[in-house]
Amino acid sequence: MARMATTRRVMISTAAAWLFGFLIFFPILWMGLASFKTELEAFAIPPSFLFFHWTTENYATVQERSDYLHHAMNSIIIAGGSTLIALLIAIPAAWSMAFSPTKRTKDILLWMLSTKMMPPVGVLVPIYLIYKSFGLLDSRIGLVFILCLGNLPIVIWMLFTYFKEIPRDILEAARMDGATIGRELVYVLTPMAIPGLASTLLLNLILAWNEAFWTLNLSTSSAAPLTTFIASYSSPEGLFWAKLSAASTLAIAPILVLGWFSQKQLVRGLTFGAVK
Amino acid sequence: MKHVLGAVCGASVLLAVPAMAETTLTIATVNNGDMIRMQGLTGEFTKKNPDITVKWVTLEENVLRQRVTTDIATKGGQFDVLTIGTYEVPIWAKKGWLVPLANLGADYDVADLLPKIKDAVSADGKLYAAPFYGESSMVMYRTDLFEKAGLKMPEKPSWDFVIDAAKKLTDKSAGTYGICLRGKAGWGENMAFLSAMANSYGARWFDENWQPQFNTPEWKTTLTTYVSLMKEAGPPGASSNGFNENLALFNAGKCAMWIDATVAASFVTNPKDSKVADKVGFALAPNTGLGKNANWLWAWNLAIPAGSKKTEAAEKFIAWATSKDYTKLVASKEGWANVPPGTRTSLYQNDEYLKVAPFAKLTLASIDAADPNKPTVKPVPYVGVQYAAIPEFQGIGTQVGQQFSAALAGSTTVDAALTAAQSATEREMKRAGYIK
Repeated sequence: MARMATTRRVMISTAAAWLFGFLIFFPILWMGLASFKTELEAFAIPPSFLFFHWTTENYATVQERSDYLHHAMNSIIIAGGSTLIALLIAIPAAWSMAFSPTKRTKDILLWMLSTKMMPPVGVLVPIYLIYKSFGLLDSRIGLVFILCLGNLPIVIWMLFTYFKEIPRDILEAARMDGATIGRELVYVLTPMAIPGLASTLLLNLILAWNEAFWTLNLSTSSAAPLTTFIASYSSPEGLFWAKLSAASTLAIAPILVLGWFSQKQLVRGLTFGAVK
Repeated sequence: MKHVLGAVCGASVLLAVPAMAETTLTIATVNNGDMIRMQGLTGEFTKKNPDITVKWVTLEENVLRQRVTTDIATKGGQFDVLTIGTYEVPIWAKKGWLVPLANLGADYDVADLLPKIKDAVSADGKLYAAPFYGESSMVMYRTDLFEKAGLKMPEKPSWDFVIDAAKKLTDKSAGTYGICLRGKAGWGENMAFLSAMANSYGARWFDENWQPQFNTPEWKTTLTTYVSLMKEAGPPGASSNGFNENLALFNAGKCAMWIDATVAASFVTNPKDSKVADKVGFALAPNTGLGKNANWLWAWNLAIPAGSKKTEAAEKFIAWATSKDYTKLVASKEGWANVPPGTRTSLYQNDEYLKVAPFAKLTLASIDAADPNKPTVKPVPYVGVQYAAIPEFQGIGTQVGQQFSAALAGSTTVDAALTAAQSATEREMKRAGYIK
């Protein structure tokens, strides 16, 4: 009897999880489906779910009109570059705050987070003028720099929380054995924090990949990533949903695949220390 | 020594050649059919001008506006040619942000530009942008539904006729609605239509002293008529419908009438996209007998920002893309039906174009009927038919649009929306120093 109740509970929770998962995934699925419709069908009311005239012409148009690879390469360099630099800065910063806190550490952390509270448009003109003076407009380096700065507070915060979970005794033991700060960071702390580091890296990569404000405003063509590629398919006069969906599907494909393969690390990292 | 000199000269020539060949124009534009066609034909321009290469930056209209404004205000110099609307041209020309177009070439034929459009892109007698395509608005209607209901659309319909016909043609159980109009909030969305409609009812945005006029009976009649007409004969959820949503509804056969941009005519008569392609008629935008039709005037134009260092090449490109020869080039490659409309008189005298574009004469008549310098019945201090060409208008227009969209959705009343619009506009105009 108890077993039946447990089985039923498992079935209900599984069904609920699937339903929830489907709801979350639905916009992406709908976008994928719309990319195979004609413009008229993509806009049709009531919408058709699966029974429509399937076509790949939107993908052909997108391929013909835009240089997808150029934009994708820019996205990889900008998102990857900004994430790596952010990690290089954030690991020592989070380490020092987690293991050698001062009475101002909390204030510094809060101050860092407060920079995320300001709408980016508030500093657009000053940043634009600085970039113009340094010749950084429409350059990959410029975008790597601004996205790195933008995401740094979140990276430091995430790493700080993960590092806090690591027992100090282990680090002290390493020190007793004569490990220098560098060796302690590289050989003791980093391997223990790998799940946390992996999830921080992935989350930051996704944030940088999807960042649209700075990438749209500071690039024109040479450094334009996939966000600009998507923005070029929205039209004020003329139907565009199907082509926009095809462009968006192509734009999210690399990050979707990466997310799919690394979901274990992501989940492990996000629940790291949750049971304590 | 001779050899050394020769080698030096040779090397300098070799170094100089790529420098001459490397004029790269960066052109910012919107994703409209005509612009995409222009991108596809760029090869024809670079073939004639091998020393110029062209890079395109295509963005969504509002993103482009923000992006280009930031660049031009900071003299960033990221763009050499901009696609801007008739709203921006006079404002930006006044600020010295645009280079006047004085060297478009002897065969450009400026006199051939439609006078209303030419006026809209000029300031102080100088051309600051070249029109790429122009549009007004008109009534598109279903000839089959009108015939079935025993109605005949006049060439110059009145609002009374349109309202009456819309009610008669509505069959909600069959999913057919008498009229589809813009309801989505935005200065270029519902306010483009409502400002033009208000002009036909004798309303105006501001009086001669820049005092907002939403507390006048003309605006009340306009908004009351619009809201009650849409409630009775409009599609459900109209408050979120813009150009594209209404285009989809009309093409799917859900609207008996649609009042919107004249460029829509080529979309609704294209059998590839429209289920009702062979059943569409056209008429001038409605009036109330006060001498003004409810139609707007708009053009997408090419201009050179003051920050560009390649003005000569940019002007060459603009002259090519807005010339009579470009029209002929598009016609030879993609047919006369696909040439950019609404900018040149000669196009409307071309028999081949008139043959494939049954809406051509009405487009021209609609453009002629709109006067940006005298948009409504009473005098106004601003230029523009469906907008007032002042920098503050974008913000004000969108705020007012949100109020009117809410009145259409039923979340506020017409009176409350007008009162809120009046106080918001007064506040902004006071802040900007137009009124005390």
